[in-house]
Amino acid sequence: MTITELMPFSVLVPLIASLVCALLPGRFWPWAVTLVATITSAVIAAITLPAAAQVTLSYAFGNWPPPIGIEYRVDAANAFVALLVAGMAAVALPWAKKSVDREVPERQGAFYALFLLALSGLLGITLSGDAFNIFVFLEISSLATYGLIAHGSDRRALLASFRYLIMGTVGATFLLIGIGFLYVMTGTLNLADLAERLPEVRDTSTVRAALAFIIVGMGLKLAMLPLHLWLPNAYTYAPSFVTVFLAGTATKVALYVMLRFVFTVFAPDWSFVVLPLSTVLMILAVAGMFAGSWVAMFQPNIKRMLAYSSVAQVGYMVLGVSLVSIVGLTAAFLHLFNHALMKTALFMAVGTVIYQVGSGHLKDFRGLGRTMPWTLTAFALAGLSIIGVPLTAGFVSKWYLIQAALDQGQWFLVVLILITSLMAIVYIWRVIEAAWFQERPGNQPAAGEAPLALLIPTWVLVALNFYFGIDTRLTVGGATAAAEALLGGGMAP
Amino acid sequence: MMTVLSFFNYWIVVVLMMIGFYCVIARGNMVKKVMGLNLFQTSVFILFISAGKIVGGSTPIVREGVELYSNPLPHVLILTAIVVGVATTAVGLALTVRINEAYGSIEDDHLGDEDDGDEQ
Repeated sequence: MTITELMPFSVLVPLIASLVCALLPGRFWPWAVTLVATITSAVIAAITLPAAAQVTLSYAFGNWPPPIGIEYRVDAANAFVALLVAGMAAVALPWAKKSVDREVPERQGAFYALFLLALSGLLGITLSGDAFNIFVFLEISSLATYGLIAHGSDRRALLASFRYLIMGTVGATFLLIGIGFLYVMTGTLNLADLAERLPEVRDTSTVRAALAFIIVGMGLKLAMLPLHLWLPNAYTYAPSFVTVFLAGTATKVALYVMLRFVFTVFAPDWSFVVLPLSTVLMILAVAGMFAGSWVAMFQPNIKRMLAYSSVAQVGYMVLGVSLVSIVGLTAAFLHLFNHALMKTALFMAVGTVIYQVGSGHLKDFRGLGRTMPWTLTAFALAGLSIIGVPLTAGFVSKWYLIQAALDQGQWFLVVLILITSLMAIVYIWRVIEAAWFQERPGNQPAAGEAPLALLIPTWVLVALNFYFGIDTRLTVGGATAAAEALLGGGMAP
Repeated sequence: MMTVLSFFNYWIVVVLMMIGFYCVIARGNMVKKVMGLNLFQTSVFILFISAGKIVGGSTPIVREGVELYSNPLPHVLILTAIVVGVATTAVGLALTVRINEAYGSIEDDHLGDEDDGDEQ
């Protein structure tokens, strides 16, 4: 079996396992099956990345040759994102067992089946080379995600899920309209084929409308600033494990789809000229960085604070894209990877506190630094990464972002990046201040250190944050290859 | 006048899309929101189907004496998209039922206001 034949199984294994999982009773077996399926998927994604970085892999489903049949087409860009998604899921699952047992006590078979569906949907989006297939996988992952969010114990989880369903469906339908326009103009749905045929017809208002629809649709799923309204509530009220998983994967995949269309399908020398895309994205990104960080500084609920911080971090990624250079795109991909690392670690630490204390409010963090030193130290160290302190992963991506801005002489962006990093210090410091510098009120129950099953995965991620802050060969190499795959004249044959 | 009429399907698509979108945005009732969403999606389905029609084209079945066929691919795509739409509606309505059980109302405008606020 060659790597090309193996590659589709990173989508198929979770898809098939979800069926098995839905039928399994009890609390242990659904989790165990999910763990095995996810790790298998991550291993396949890890094998695919080095191969895809050298030559574009193409797998035709059912042996129907593309562009007629559906094709999985994997180059450095999708392999990088797929490894991130599957890897994050595999790291989060060992942590999930205890947290899910507490927060979703019943019908775990269905819960883990939804998780596997969401995972295979996200992986399908990244690997597929067919525009309509991307839409279908997007809806598979979105529908599963709505179900996962609704599992939250607070009744507001239902409202958050419903509002996300409305906005998410509108976003996905916008993508469908865009794909429809492209199909009408070119008669093909294959991404590589679209990229070949579009230049002949691209000076029409239909194709321009298609670009606009796809950007707005994906901007919704990506939580780009004015379209981010679904994200804070969804992250806050979803079960902790779902938040951990979504924070590291869902928005990243949406960003990837947007990049794939803007850079590969419509060539960047067209899409950034015909619409003032660079300016619009830059303004929205900077506004997102500021608004997200600003609102995060005043949130009493730490999960919601981190959710707003995610809006700000999406801003950094979009800012890298808006610079339209290899370094800028590298910074975007780097931050995509590094933000998944640090936000997953932070949400795990908060989830661990919720597991021990039962609440994620700032007032319940008071004095925890003494009784739960390992958990809160993990939070503080991952917080350093989100601030961008040297030797952490967050520093590396911000460094590349600043370089990309300086390359284009946009020094004011550097100032803005530094100011928003200072705002990150403020909102991370609030938690540290409450945990270490305030006494635990006598009327609140004393909480001991969390079980090792929660601590070890959290610390693994914290360690990864520092590892990728020092040894940047995998991340910078992968991100550069991904950026070159997107900017280097479309998909290589 | 004839050009306006010859684009009849597309006018319907635009009108349906706007009605659906308006329902989603302006209505507080969750069932109405889901209905609006349905209308919005259906308009896109008509857009695809209209694009597949070729004037004078026959049904896409290979047989003697027929040279011109309509494009069958949009129908197949929309069959999938309809399934996706039905699934979305089902999840939306299921959530509405659960929200009604939890809150006793499905008017979205002020639900959640009485929960102790951790919104700023």
